Amino acid sequence: MAEEKKLFKVTIDNITIEVEAGTSILNAARMIGGDVAPPAMCYYSKLKGSGGKCRTCLVEVAAGSTADPRPMPKLVASCRTNVMDGMVVKNITSERVIDARNGVVEFLLINHPLDCPICDQAGECHLQDLSYDHGKEGTRYEFNRRTFQKHDLGPYIQLHMTRCILCYRCVFTADQLTNKRVHGILDRGDHAEIATYIEKSLDNDFIGNVIDVCPVGALTDRTFRFKNRVWFLKPVDAHRDCPKCSGKVTLWNRGDEVYRVTARKDQWGEVEDWICNECRFEKKQTSDWVIEGPTKISRQSVISQGHYVGIKKPKETVVEVMDGRKPRLLMDIHDVSEVNKPNVDLSKIAGPAHSEDFK
Amino acid sequence: MGRKLLLEKAHVEGIRTYDVYRREGGYASVEKAFKNMSPDQVTEEVKKSGLRGRGGAGFPTGMKWSFLAKPEGVPRYLVCNADESEPGTFKDRYLMEFIPHLLIEGLIVSSYALGSNRTYIYIRGEYAWIVDILEQAIAEANANGWLGKNILGTGFDCQIYVQRGAGAYICGEETALIESLEGKRGNPRIKPPFPAVKGVWDCPTVVNNVETLAAVVPIINLGGEEYAKIGVGKSTGTKLISACGNINKPGVYEIDMTISVEEFIYSDEYCGGIPKGKRLKACIPGGSSVPILPTNLLLKTAKGDTRMMNYESLADGGFATGTMMGSGGFIVFDEDQCVVRHTLTLARFYRHESCGQCSPCREGTGWMEKILKNIEYGKGKMSDIDLLWDIQRKIEGNTICPLGDAAAWPVAAAIRHFRDEFEWHVLNPVESQSRNFGLAHYADPRPVPVA
Repeated sequence: MAEEKKLFKVTIDNITIEVEAGTSILNAARMIGGDVAPPAMCYYSKLKGSGGKCRTCLVEVAAGSTADPRPMPKLVASCRTNVMDGMVVKNITSERVIDARNGVVEFLLINHPLDCPICDQAGECHLQDLSYDHGKEGTRYEFNRRTFQKHDLGPYIQLHMTRCILCYRCVFTADQLTNKRVHGILDRGDHAEIATYIEKSLDNDFIGNVIDVCPVGALTDRTFRFKNRVWFLKPVDAHRDCPKCSGKVTLWNRGDEVYRVTARKDQWGEVEDWICNECRFEKKQTSDWVIEGPTKISRQSVISQGHYVGIKKPKETVVEVMDGRKPRLLMDIHDVSEVNKPNVDLSKIAGPAHSEDFK
Repeated sequence: MGRKLLLEKAHVEGIRTYDVYRREGGYASVEKAFKNMSPDQVTEEVKKSGLRGRGGAGFPTGMKWSFLAKPEGVPRYLVCNADESEPGTFKDRYLMEFIPHLLIEGLIVSSYALGSNRTYIYIRGEYAWIVDILEQAIAEANANGWLGKNILGTGFDCQIYVQRGAGAYICGEETALIESLEGKRGNPRIKPPFPAVKGVWDCPTVVNNVETLAAVVPIINLGGEEYAKIGVGKSTGTKLISACGNINKPGVYEIDMTISVEEFIYSDEYCGGIPKGKRLKACIPGGSSVPILPTNLLLKTAKGDTRMMNYESLADGGFATGTMMGSGGFIVFDEDQCVVRHTLTLARFYRHESCGQCSPCREGTGWMEKILKNIEYGKGKMSDIDLLWDIQRKIEGNTICPLGDAAAWPVAAAIRHFRDEFEWHVLNPVESQSRNFGLAHYADPRPVPVA
């Protein structure tokens, strides 16, 4: 007869749930779901030892347990604190938590540029979501931000250190998935940075997963970055018989063209199975894959946006306001961006740009 | 004259050598403990003594030892925290430099109590010359049978190793120290698990400060109850205070925690008063991380009682009107000192020493430093003061380790008690650079000196 599992009763934001002993508060909250689940920028359930660093998941423990119902004096990182039987936790019902989380978002955004419109992670960025939920509309920080050069970490990955929030996820990924980690954190405090120390390349078979775990746009896929926007793409589940990994992926298609291949992610934005570099970077033909069907995307996701039925577009008033004149183009994209070929004029492409336009 | 337990023999000529130390009664506690006491009895004596950790937090040492997990077949470790890096704190350096065998003796007894066969002294890298002194002392202790295999025929083996840190303040935090000792980057670990359960190489570990471990020697020699009679209340025994700043006699003093702050500052036995007859403006009594107090709250508590040099009295009133004993880094400011400038200096230190793991500490300490810099250099705004207050509030208590609190408290206390000085800096950007701004925070019972 199988041994009976010990269950603990925990109440989070007035909702009581029974979970197995050893479950973290965060995971218990995720079982309830919705707003009760604290945000997590550094915790990643698939990475051992992750969590506790970003402090976005801080919660208030109003009662430690039935045996010792005293409240915990400080807010605790829910991703690294296990539930006790009879524990009472406050997440969004605690003003202290909301206040602390506002503070954490403000701190995180100090050295993270709010360039969501041009960031390759736009639409998939956890910090973007977090700042919508807990951030302020303005900043109180009036000093210069950190600046870094963009950095190629080998043929597949580019690092935008300006956007890094030092969540350590990529370091844990490289530690736990590859046989030799060549990148890590250099320096301390607010001058700490992700680096390979001396211009090394990240070329392990599974190193591409650091792109998937990055919660912001710091580590980007060089085979995809800026070639398209995520909300223009249609994600489909697909698989292939891969000798190195599970081969289960999400293909990000536009028409019949595969723009990007990523690991499949769950509702918390965590990958279900790690995938190898070959699947991720080199299999960009539909014929390489067995298509399973459209990926289920949350209704709230930006990827679901723009697919409304019976949409009424607002009246275009610019020309009207300007006495029939068209708005003057003040900036040529080619002057400020190296994204596209200078000889390709985006405004002359009918419809959204396609990779064919850049060949 | 206060009672001396740790530094009683520190000035005996040649006490650094084994022969002189032994002649003066050294290693008696090892003999007593190994021959007459079981390890649990040693722990019991430490509990009876009421010894509180001398590194800053002041947690009862005996209780900390009793938390140590003792699983079968798993080694246990004792680590001596000699990573003394807090601005204003330099007492352990003195103890290790002038009477190293006292620490070694304390370590042997403590290792016996805890069952640690390998004990480490994790020492601040900058104390390079002290490493040599300690290694010499360890070699002498080895040669004379106090270390090694089967010490005094008890069957207990113990060896002490000295490990140099690479110069990071954060490595004084016990879990960061353990990481560094293991050869990794000195980042604090998230607790739980506590080191008593999972410490060095995931084995049960106790991390104690130098002074704490040295105090085990007089505790065993005198007996825990006798030791507890020294001092007052829960502040038992003696405490080393490293006094500096605007005092006539900076140095390391051993006090028995029954004297008042006023006596400590003004008596000839200790600090000897303020140079040039200047008035006392403020003091940080426990190392740079604890709140600064203005004179009126330093010499008397908010209730009007005399402020004493002990844990309870210094903390009386919480942070609103009190402070902490901390590590005993006693920094005195005279009337000419600028609190804003000193707060900036501390903020710069904590910003530089933040490990960068958690967001509030990593980003908040830098932000505070920049704002303080603006205020200090005449570019501040009134709203900056409230902003500073809000930033420190959002750092405090929200970080992985206490470095966040250590960075926040000095700023909070400076604004709480010296807000007018911050405002004066903002309103008088040019004059504030002259340092002669004459703001009054004295309430000093002593008469104003005649020029």
